[in-house]
Amino acid sequence: MKALKELIYQLADDDFILAYRGSEWLGLAPHIEEDVAFSSINQDMMGHATMYFQLLEALGEQEADQNAHLRAPEAFRNAVLLEEVNGTGSYLHQPNYDWAFTVVRNYFYSVHKKIRLDSLRLSSYEPLRNVAKKILMEQQYHLMHWEVWFRQLLTSTDEAKRRMTEAMVKVWASFGGVLTLGPYYGEMVKANFIDDENVLKTRWMSAIKKVLNETNTNMLPGEPGMTSGNGRKGEHTTDLQQAIATLAEVYVTNPAVSW
Amino acid sequence: MQTYLSFDDLTNEEKYEHFMERIAAGEKIEADDWMPDDYRQSLIRLISMHGISEIMGALPEKEWVPKAPSLHRKLAIMAKVQDEMGHGQLLLRVAEDLMAPLGKTREHIMQDLFSGKLKFHNVFHMEAPTWGDAGMIAWLVDGAAIISQSMMLDSSYGPYARALKRICAEEVFHAQHGESIVLALAEGTAEQRALLQDSLNRWWTSLIMFFGPKSAKETGNSNADKNIMYKIRTKTNEELRQEFFTKYIPRIWAIGLTIPDETIHFDESTQLWVYKDADWNEFKQIVSGHGPRSQERLALRQSSYDMNGWVREALAAKKAI
Ligand SMILES: [Fe+2]
Ligand SMILES: [Fe+2]
Repeated sequence: MKALKELIYQLADDDFILAYRGSEWLGLAPHIEEDVAFSSINQDMMGHATMYFQLLEALGEQEADQNAHLRAPEAFRNAVLLEEVNGTGSYLHQPNYDWAFTVVRNYFYSVHKKIRLDSLRLSSYEPLRNVAKKILMEQQYHLMHWEVWFRQLLTSTDEAKRRMTEAMVKVWASFGGVLTLGPYYGEMVKANFIDDENVLKTRWMSAIKKVLNETNTNMLPGEPGMTSGNGRKGEHTTDLQQAIATLAEVYVTNPAVSW
Repeated sequence: MQTYLSFDDLTNEEKYEHFMERIAAGEKIEADDWMPDDYRQSLIRLISMHGISEIMGALPEKEWVPKAPSLHRKLAIMAKVQDEMGHGQLLLRVAEDLMAPLGKTREHIMQDLFSGKLKFHNVFHMEAPTWGDAGMIAWLVDGAAIISQSMMLDSSYGPYARALKRICAEEVFHAQHGESIVLALAEGTAEQRALLQDSLNRWWTSLIMFFGPKSAKETGNSNADKNIMYKIRTKTNEELRQEFFTKYIPRIWAIGLTIPDETIHFDESTQLWVYKDADWNEFKQIVSGHGPRSQERLALRQSSYDMNGWVREALAAKKAI
């Protein structure tokens, strides 16, 4: 039971926190058409997180809104990469956001999310299987969206290539945190909730290798790292604290009432 | 058919006459049809201002998107602000088609916004410091927008009328989303109700201003009259404002809020609402970029434009290949 909940917390928090970072971009994307598309993706992802929070509620965890807004940072299980700020400044004041980082982070994550969902589709836990199937339908479109951006920017101007390469190095350094299933990984796999993390990782590595090959880009060296901590163990950065403070700012003024 | 074949041979006066006859007959003018320069200019002015207002209008509510106080509200306000950006996109495309024969593009619209030449709606120059404002904007500002946009659903310019049809359908959802936030606060704690009243106090004058001055003499500008002549719009500013009052004042009162104007009442003899008019000099100040948040919002737009310059270049380079 503990392992199942841990797994669903990872799924919920990954989508929730990355959707939050995405929502900070609203109104600031490279062009108006992208603003509309990106926002739709973020809504989908926040919706996915909501479905996972509801699964947790059914397993006896807190009510979904409380769970999303009232937990301490140590209780979050998202990968640290996904909580990282979009750039310097804030979404309200002098944002200096990095579109290359956003494209690489979302693309690499989308590739992994698809692989993870394909595995969850066969999970031994039926409610998870059902949610995975629903999410996969939308995920297909997200993956395509980010893949188009990824390929376009990697094969365009020198500046775009340089920025994309820098962003890839940065994302690679902590993508290991997305790939790991954390301390309960053994039980998760034994109970057939999800495939072995090494199997998922191999699939992800070969997918990334393929697209880099096709865009004449060198494969990144070595293994993806976990430089800023393991979010699956509750290790997080101040970026997550800042995110939670913002997303819960109104809710915490009175969690008991309806808003 | 014959008149069309020889249309190019007509004098400008004859073309103009033919054009005005089409308008009088309720025909729709399309992007490629002949139109007087004056009509084209009026449309460009109106539609680019409308389009850019949708985009600038996303900014005050966007402030509340990451902070919305439940998963449901987060999803709803994200969807709402996304719609507004979508409206902007739709309208800018209509404006772009009108500007194309003049050799102008969206780039010109953005530059005109940054230079202050292109104005955006007064309400979006104002601050939105609490969650109450997120509700108030969607309920009453979108409510006001529905009233002024519905009047143009039958606009003589076909592409604008069609864009408005889609926009108005979505605006109805926005007003419902706003009403839902407002009702939750109105039925909530004393603090929540105070938040709401405070927000109404803050937005009331802006809502009066939303529809523009009663007549040209307040602003010295006769665009509204011209738009009526060309059947781009069908009602005066004051008619729209009265419609807004009739629809919303009873609802505002019904949820226990006080309108910050002691003089406001319905005069049975004239069948009109009597109210304290806005200070139209202040209005001019606000829309010319001197409102409480004008410069910050423009700076935010500008900084996002600048920080993404390399992306636009990269996309343009791809297109050129
Ligand atoms: Fe709109
Ligand atoms: Fe709206």
